[in-house]
Amino acid sequence: MSISIDEVKHIAFLARLSLTEEEAERYSNDLSRILEYASTICKLDTADVPTTSHVIEIKNVLRDDETGNTLDRETVLSQAPSSDDACFIAPRIL
Amino acid sequence: MSRNSYEPVIGLEVHVHLKTKTKIFCSCPNRFGDEPNTNVCPVCLALPGSLPVLNRHALELATLAALALSGNISSRMKFDRKNYFYPDLPKNYQISQFDMPLSIGGGVKLSNGRTIALTRIHMEEDAGKLLHTAENLDESEYTRVDLNRAGAPLIEIVSEPEIKTPDDAHEYLTNLKQILEYCGVSDCNMEEGSLRCDANISIRPIGETKLGVKVEVKNMNSFKAVRDALRHEIDRQIEAVNAGKKIVQETRLWDAGLGTTRSMRGKEESHDYRYFPDPDLVVFTLEKDFIESIRKKLPEMPKERSKRFELDYGLTQRDAGILTQHRDLADYFDEAVKLYSVGAKAIANWMLTELLRVIPEGESYSSKIKPKDFVELIKLIDEGTISGKIAKEIFSVMASTGKAPRDIVASQGLTQISDESSIEKICREVMTENPNPVEQFRAGKKNSIGFLVGAVMKKTSGKANPQLVNKIFGRLLNE
Ligand SMILES: [Zn+2]
Repeated sequence: MSISIDEVKHIAFLARLSLTEEEAERYSNDLSRILEYASTICKLDTADVPTTSHVIEIKNVLRDDETGNTLDRETVLSQAPSSDDACFIAPRIL
Repeated sequence: MSRNSYEPVIGLEVHVHLKTKTKIFCSCPNRFGDEPNTNVCPVCLALPGSLPVLNRHALELATLAALALSGNISSRMKFDRKNYFYPDLPKNYQISQFDMPLSIGGGVKLSNGRTIALTRIHMEEDAGKLLHTAENLDESEYTRVDLNRAGAPLIEIVSEPEIKTPDDAHEYLTNLKQILEYCGVSDCNMEEGSLRCDANISIRPIGETKLGVKVEVKNMNSFKAVRDALRHEIDRQIEAVNAGKKIVQETRLWDAGLGTTRSMRGKEESHDYRYFPDPDLVVFTLEKDFIESIRKKLPEMPKERSKRFELDYGLTQRDAGILTQHRDLADYFDEAVKLYSVGAKAIANWMLTELLRVIPEGESYSSKIKPKDFVELIKLIDEGTISGKIAKEIFSVMASTGKAPRDIVASQGLTQISDESSIEKICREVMTENPNPVEQFRAGKKNSIGFLVGAVMKKTSGKANPQLVNKIFGRLLNE
């Protein structure tokens, strides 16, 4: 199992990371090795194991539709790199 | 090839806000119009260490909607992360459902007999709202972000690509909205954003079975806009193909002002969402008992209800159709006929003419005029206490003051005069005051009686019983 340099570049684009050619090559090697390590699990015979999406065997965790506490706006906005008196400020889109 | 040798293939994705008190995964109020960023908490702000927990009521409403649309509720469902970057998405992923959605299949019937099949219905969270600083997007220097809506509960209803015309798309949306409103799962208000619709559209030569390259159209804020955008997009695609151009798979934005769609620049739309199961949320098994308990909450649907109004109360198909268009109007009718079933036809007529006239659209009928008072007014007419004409005046007073009709009649002295001797006295006065029409009548011009009746009504401010007036004139004039 290996990850090509092009795949690394695509993933980097989706993750909004800018990589140098050198880094792309290095991550291609690193990621390939990680995948190889993880693929050990493929050697297990799982024919009798049901498909699972979660390791914890708890299900149907629900809460009642009751309002709880909200945070104070000033505190919330103070955590952001940029804000005005009511909103977070982000670079313009498009 | 000519226009007519192509057929459009349309699929719709409809997002609907669920009417819960709180958000889908946290206990913040699920409410709009509040001051920006006041309904937020660590979960919907994506603060580290916070964990989502599914709102039971959101699950119930979503299941109710799916059942109303004849979906097959999955016995197991799970939530997945849909990864993308946008300033309105604090976690950089949206919690949605990928391969194990709430419901599979279902459909929406059209009046032409076709049923538009649904692919699936899944639950997800809404994103926040971007407030642009300038009218024109391109001129905004930065974007203001309000996260009150982030985490609001949604269902997404995905249709199969089998809608054939923009008109069918319009009807599909209208019927879908009606069903969801009837169930009470959502307000379905497009202006407020509680219902949103994106369209996938492609064209292909008639007879071709393979689907053409599809274009996604967004940014339509009314059902009419959806129809207009689809019409435009069909024309655009046919022209492009006829000019030898290739249709590219892309997202286009509808510009209602210009009446055109324009391409979103490629960069923002990377459809590589890298879904994976959300480890913060466990699996849900939807047991038979749960599903059946929700099924019991399904209301009588508009089409069945309309049929019942026709059969039980002798209403025309048209009248029954209008009365059942909105659930509150149909509920009003049901409540009124329960109080006075023999007056069903009169109730329907008065609702369709007067009630719809005096109550502005979107306002609650029963808060302005209680069904109990409405029925009392109809009874006053049927008993002969007031004339139809006076009843209309009383109706307007009821709408503006909320007073009961009997009180209005009593306080304004509007009771109909049905006492023969009083009416005869007035009729005689009118005959003395108007010798000419009397002579004309006696000379054979029978329709001059109309003038005399009118004069009596005027003298009594419309309170004289018109049948009696006619009867008495018939006797007096032939003396
Ligand atoms: Zn919250």
